[in-house]
Amino acid sequence: MRILLLAVFVSVSLLSINVKAIENANPQTEQRIRQLSEKLRCLVCQNQSLADSNAELAQDLRQQLREQVAAGRSDDAILDYLVQRYGDFVLYEPPFKATTVLLWIGPFVLLAAAALVLVATLRRRRRVPEEPALGPEDRRLVERVLGPAVPPERDGSAR
Amino acid sequence: MKRFLWPLAIFILLVGFLAVGLRLNPREVPSPLVGKAAPAFELPVLHQPDKRFVPGDMRGKVWLLNVWASWCVSCREEHPVLMELSKRSVMPILGLNYKDKGEDAQRWLKQFGDPYQLSVVDADGRIGIDYGVYGVPETYLIDAEGVIRYKQIGPLTQAIIDDKVLPLAKALKK
Repeated sequence: MRILLLAVFVSVSLLSINVKAIENANPQTEQRIRQLSEKLRCLVCQNQSLADSNAELAQDLRQQLREQVAAGRSDDAILDYLVQRYGDFVLYEPPFKATTVLLWIGPFVLLAAAALVLVATLRRRRRVPEEPALGPEDRRLVERVLGPAVPPERDGSAR
Repeated sequence: MKRFLWPLAIFILLVGFLAVGLRLNPREVPSPLVGKAAPAFELPVLHQPDKRFVPGDMRGKVWLLNVWASWCVSCREEHPVLMELSKRSVMPILGLNYKDKGEDAQRWLKQFGDPYQLSVVDADGRIGIDYGVYGVPETYLIDAEGVIRYKQIGPLTQAIIDDKVLPLAKALKK
């Protein structure tokens, strides 16, 4: 079993070395492609970025990125190229616009609302009287049960 | 009593959101291309590789562009619906054979039938990217001016044809 696992690991790492070798054209370009593809969503497997996905479409799109980087296009132009085709959904970080206001502002609105509720609750709690005062009737009841009140000891050593 | 009603109301609201969320299909990403001109291309025709097709050839017609491939399982599922539609000859259907081998594609059409007026070959998937294709089959309804009016991601069904595609095509033809 262990040997089998080892074999799998070795072959997988060999595979990745192989992939690296292919992509090892120009470190700076590769770095940019890497950064760009981490910002982009693979539409086939939506929880993966283009950088992580091995879906065929992701490979094609990475190839597109490579060509466009090589053609000297700016990052914004390349991202725009993909947004035009696949919509804002390809971007992991959605742009700030009318349809996404709730997405961006919502958490802060919730936070503010929670803070308001907290303040209101604390204020209400402070207004509640700390202990109801004993009426003369309560006092009489206490004296009947416990005996007449004893003046508190002066030195304060007793509880 | 009221203090228990509030959490209950919030809980029900949350359950409502989750219930709706579960019914949404996360694979259906609204295409930014609807309402825009269909991207231009010039591609060889599957059955006549020396002939080339451009979308401009379809000017003045309302037509369907169906992205398909012989390796695509859902395309087979969708295929009878397309055959039926082509029999009714209400609108031309063109195929974009996506990342496929020419011989496989031809064999597939011979085996299951060819609903397409013609298919064009997008061997490297380049034009697919221009059309924002990410899940074959996909279908575009393109109007007489060459503007994409509707996009279906995933297989067409008879219900989609009857309820969405045909009424829209009828409205566009006027």
